[in-house]
Amino acid sequence: MRADRLTIATLACVLGGAALLAALNLLTPAGSAVHVPSFVISLVGKYLCYAILAVAIDLVWGYAGILTLGHAAFFALGGYAMGMYLMREIGARGVYANPVLPDFMVFIGWNKLPWYWYGFDHFWFALAMVALVPGVLAWVFGWFAFRSRVSGVYLSIITQALTYALMLAFFRNDMGFGGNNGMTDFKDIAGFPLNRETTSVGLMLITAAVLATAFVLARAAMRTRFGKVLVAIRDAEARTRFLGYRPEAYKLAVWVASAVIAGIGGALYVPQVGIINPSEFAPGNSIEAVIWVAVGGRATLAGAILGAVLVNLGKTWFTSALPELWLFAIGLLFILVTVFLPRGIIGLVAGRGAAALPEHEPAAANSAAREATG
Amino acid sequence: MTPMQSKIAAGGRCLRSCGLVLALLLAAALAWPAPARADPFAAIAATNFDAVADGVRALAVSGNPRAAAVIAALRDGRLYAWRWPRPDAPLFIRTDSGFADARTGAKVSAPPPLNLRRVIVNDSVRAAIETAEGALDLFSPQPAARRRAAEALYQSAAPGALPLIERALAKERDAGVARVLREAKAATLLKSGSGDIPARLAAVAELAARADLSARSLLASLQGQPPTVASAISAAIATIDRRLELWGLLENVYYGISLGAVLLLAASGLAITFGVMGVINMAHGEMVMVGAYTTFVVQQLIAAFAPALTELGLLFAIPAAFVVAGLLGMAIERTLIRFLYGRPLETLLATWGLSLILQQAVRSIFGPTNQNVTSPDWMSGAVSLGGLTLTVNRLWIIAFAILVLAALMAVLRWGGLGRNIRAVMQNRRMAAAMGIRTPWIDALTFGLGSGIAGIAGVALSQIDNVSPNLGQNYIIDSFLVVVVGGVGNLWGTLFGAMLLGVVDKFVEPFEGAVLAKIIVLVFLILFIQRRPGGMFPLKGRAAEA
Repeated sequence: MRADRLTIATLACVLGGAALLAALNLLTPAGSAVHVPSFVISLVGKYLCYAILAVAIDLVWGYAGILTLGHAAFFALGGYAMGMYLMREIGARGVYANPVLPDFMVFIGWNKLPWYWYGFDHFWFALAMVALVPGVLAWVFGWFAFRSRVSGVYLSIITQALTYALMLAFFRNDMGFGGNNGMTDFKDIAGFPLNRETTSVGLMLITAAVLATAFVLARAAMRTRFGKVLVAIRDAEARTRFLGYRPEAYKLAVWVASAVIAGIGGALYVPQVGIINPSEFAPGNSIEAVIWVAVGGRATLAGAILGAVLVNLGKTWFTSALPELWLFAIGLLFILVTVFLPRGIIGLVAGRGAAALPEHEPAAANSAAREATG
Repeated sequence: MTPMQSKIAAGGRCLRSCGLVLALLLAAALAWPAPARADPFAAIAATNFDAVADGVRALAVSGNPRAAAVIAALRDGRLYAWRWPRPDAPLFIRTDSGFADARTGAKVSAPPPLNLRRVIVNDSVRAAIETAEGALDLFSPQPAARRRAAEALYQSAAPGALPLIERALAKERDAGVARVLREAKAATLLKSGSGDIPARLAAVAELAARADLSARSLLASLQGQPPTVASAISAAIATIDRRLELWGLLENVYYGISLGAVLLLAASGLAITFGVMGVINMAHGEMVMVGAYTTFVVQQLIAAFAPALTELGLLFAIPAAFVVAGLLGMAIERTLIRFLYGRPLETLLATWGLSLILQQAVRSIFGPTNQNVTSPDWMSGAVSLGGLTLTVNRLWIIAFAILVLAALMAVLRWGGLGRNIRAVMQNRRMAAAMGIRTPWIDALTFGLGSGIAGIAGVALSQIDNVSPNLGQNYIIDSFLVVVVGGVGNLWGTLFGAMLLGVVDKFVEPFEGAVLAKIIVLVFLILFIQRRPGGMFPLKGRAAEA
């Protein structure tokens, strides 16, 4: 029942906190002591997007044992899909006032919209792409990877190479995604101007709601038979296979779902930060996202949210107060959490058994196997 | 033609027709048998420009040992003649200390300045000087100088040079130089548009045999040729294109091997830490970076304390980088990695954190900008081999990468440390029972891998920017190399590095560097799909780790 309390507490924090901040922003006068300025709203919105990404990573890493070092790629792809819609939405209000072509295409001398930009003038189409593009990429990638039983660190390295390759690709101007500068100068989303305060509050609330939904659905899914099989695969893939399950199918399913969730997080991220560029694909981002999950606690989902928010709060503080020391801080965090806090904060607070992460057992089994076979 | 008439004529027509006039004069001059000819020195001492130009050319091909000095003096405005006509036409070269006789080079007492006039030049004389200076080398005793001169004549393809070339060709004994001269003759002939159709066809064939980019562009630039010549030209261009394609192919192989050598260097250390020990060291790239910075520091120290050794700085940097990176690696193993054995994913995250710390530490100490590591002279320059141009530093790196790999294999195969390393990796408990201190061997193994990474840093400092981000550029590729090659197998690492390098460079010209990377990645995933065995040398339950 403790886990249920955790779920309720998490939902209360996410939804209640978002609602409270929104109310304090909209209902209090600007000079008031309790007034929440708009930049805090968009900052919180950004953290919540990161939390969605963390939930996605926790699904595959915490429950299925797939350490992904490339999830920011799905996040960024969702973001690019949304960014393309937002670019089309600018219409003739751009610098070059071209009603069809985004500014950067006019700038590099294109006179025709590439085919893959068709349809992005419709909001529903963009929403579909937000889920489809990361989902299809994840399916193709996962199908190859899991079918050939690439697992463990090999898979991690390949996911990292994937996001690295995508980063290089999106840096190219001829890809038609704005190259180095990416996409920015968005005007409005589905008719709501992005520079209006109510829009950013609304986006933040939607993000909180999406996060809560993703959290609840993931939590529920992990309690079903499907979730239990995933945990079994994580802890002893060969045994699960011998029991008659097909680990690759389970892994592929959770991998694609996780990519879609990450893509949705990215789509919510772009209108709130106002820019998407290829640096979102940087391998470092994906690894940083993994450490959010590790800090909060693997296989808890609530821990992923907690870790994402805490680490990013710390990052915001460090990069403004002690920018030199941020890399030292995050580097130390990586080391300390993995060495001393393998169960994360939730594991520490909830004590033994709550996270149900049999950290010692596979470790012991692995080292025994290592000793046996060399 | 009196000097006066000639001067008037030159004043009016020179710019329009000087090329033709020169060519005619030169042809006339060279057609005369040499003994019957007037003294070229006397021609240079004449007062009309055409005669001077004629004299310059005549002097250039005369083989007179004073020719180079006199022509250089004329170019620099240091050549003086008698103001009034004299039958012996004296010429003087003004030197720093006085005057010398142009004909003999002997020092002479200063003639009365009133009797002297400087030999001045105009454009046509200047052109004659240029051709002459090229031509002078054509008759140099050194084949290399003759070859250079012929090559210069080929590149300029100046119409006036044709008789010169023919004369040189008649004398030439060196087959290589003669070939270049024939090519120069062909280029000059075609460019000038002279010559009958068989001569032109022969010239086209000559250029087709040369088969490089300059021959191709020269052929492509020819307009208004008779139909037979034009079709021969297009056929020649097609031949050259095929040849160039072949050379391009070889060049890609070389570039691929060169990139493969870089990857091999970066991955050799990883083949130890990751391949042999199974430790996912994401800070491996930072070990390379530390090696590169060690090179920088060693260079600074040498420049400060022993400038005489600057050229050999790299030789000192290699052991220094090995020791620095190796000790750092041992420290990392003892303080961090040994707590994470058997937990590869955690090792990955912790070492990633470590890599961030190392990067920031180097950035704090040395600053975020690139450090300037100089290359010694013996590593710069290029060697050309047929249609290939191989840069010397890349050749050194290829050799060095092979050397490092061979040394590493030798250590593992025959060294005492290598024997212990293999014993511990094959059966840790048995090795311990035999009295091997396994934790110490772990530390040494990790130190060895890190030290090799440091050595790679020395090599990479020669071809890449020494910046805190140096290592990041290689870490993903290095892991891919080790994974493709098969974990725990140094031959596999060599294979993987060369495969990745060559594939990358072969795709690059068609699709660009970025798409090449992506295609290589897709290729890798497919490769792993086909050859999962190459990925997993571990058997049984350990494969799950």
